[in-house]
Amino acid sequence: MSRTTLVEAPDEVTAAAPVVPRRQRPARRWRRVVSPVVLVLGWELAARTGLLAAEKLPAPSDVLVTGWRLSRDGTLGIHLLDSLTRAGAGLLIGGLLALALGTVAGLLRLGDDLVDPPVQMARMLPHLGLVPLLIIWVGIGESLKISLVALGAFFPIYFNTYAGIRDIDERLVEAARTCGLGQAARLRHVVLPGALPSLFLGLRLAIGAAWLSLVVGEQVNAQTGIGFLMMEAREFSQTDVVVLGLLVYALLGLISDLALRILERRMLTWRRGLRAT
Amino acid sequence: MASRTAGHLSGATPVLTAHAVHRAFGPTVVLAGVDLTIARGEVVALLGGSGSGKSTLLRILAGLDGEASGEIVVHGTAAVVFQEHRLLPWKRVAPNVGLGLSGADTDGRIQRALAEVGLADRHRAWPAELSGGQAQRVAVARALVREPDLLLLDEPFGALDALTRLRMQVLLRRLRAEHGFAALLVTHDVEEALLLADRILLLDEGRIAADLPVDLAPTRTPDDPAFGALRRHLLDRLGVPTT
Repeated sequence: MSRTTLVEAPDEVTAAAPVVPRRQRPARRWRRVVSPVVLVLGWELAARTGLLAAEKLPAPSDVLVTGWRLSRDGTLGIHLLDSLTRAGAGLLIGGLLALALGTVAGLLRLGDDLVDPPVQMARMLPHLGLVPLLIIWVGIGESLKISLVALGAFFPIYFNTYAGIRDIDERLVEAARTCGLGQAARLRHVVLPGALPSLFLGLRLAIGAAWLSLVVGEQVNAQTGIGFLMMEAREFSQTDVVVLGLLVYALLGLISDLALRILERRMLTWRRGLRAT
Repeated sequence: MASRTAGHLSGATPVLTAHAVHRAFGPTVVLAGVDLTIARGEVVALLGGSGSGKSTLLRILAGLDGEASGEIVVHGTAAVVFQEHRLLPWKRVAPNVGLGLSGADTDGRIQRALAEVGLADRHRAWPAELSGGQAQRVAVARALVREPDLLLLDEPFGALDALTRLRMQVLLRRLRAEHGFAALLVTHDVEEALLLADRILLLDEGRIAADLPVDLAPTRTPDDPAFGALRRHLLDRLGVPTT
């Protein structure tokens, strides 16, 4: 008898909160496109009528044509690949180091006492201001660019790993202990998934910092890369190539952010349930 | 499960013995030598005012407090249900119930445990999609699936609304009748203690101040005059004045 009453408990009603994805109404979405389109059209018009001098700012259509030309002859591809390699290598080195140190500082009291103070001190240094020192240390070659990216990526990942681990509800760890989970199993089932949202945030900030570091790094004696392409074009007053470089940087940032968002949505499905209630 | 417990240990062995349990937070002594025995299949309620140390005692018995002293022996397995459900938000209901579970047919055991708390159809839900009562039932299933000899319940229904709490109490009585587990129920609710327990302990000033058997008919209702008398007696002991 008690079973039926329990199954039909009235609290079921509140439970079935509908998961309605909040989409903007189509009309509003289109309205948001209007001003960027008007701006680009105005730019095109100003350049075409000679209001804007071509050497100051070429028309967007000219930039696209240049982009098409440079991708067809392979120039853009080579430079893009080099830039991506630098960003990838720097992110990997800085990110793994940050992950390791952040985990040690977040999990162990000794690690916290030993690792966190120097990192907090170093955080105050603007890493792009370290360029002169880095040139003396590692030279002006490839290692400079990779070091800069690694430095830029390190801090956001370190701090978010640390905070992600620290913010885990101690009561959940306790509950896992009463379920017989050992140290390693608690790391796998409680700490890692609990810190994951924070790790994603750190990664996104790190990727942003990586592109920024790359922009600066590639302007120091580079022979390849998008930054080099832009610096070289400046010397020959090829403004269209400079603008193209900027566009590529922007697109890289946009694409990486989008990819990460998609990955995040896939791996953190449970948070959507959280928002629904 | 009742046969399993009867099989591997004689009925005389208590499922839990605690001796001289002591715990202080700085200069404040919370538990000043608590002795406690729970027999196999016995449900004991631990009553006390807020701050009397009843939750502290339960945490010590659950092995969650490394800084307490005293001797604690648990014969068999124990499982804990906390006041909050403490389900992992990133696991669906079924993996939450089966957390740390090993052995044959875990899926079947999880499904049976969920069916017992009336939530068989919610095994794919995220904890955030459940109501408070449902989440707490999942927490009960998570404890049940381990087939514990002793269930440690830390105000398990304290955060629920009055109606849901009554349903949970009925559920617990039914599960207890089916499985025959022993339980220590920490509560501040005198009626809950009287409805569920075979014996009531009063915790006061860090010691067990009273140990009262509950001699009531198996089908207990608060309307029973004996129930009312016992309730009054307990409230007196807890220092709640008569109006």
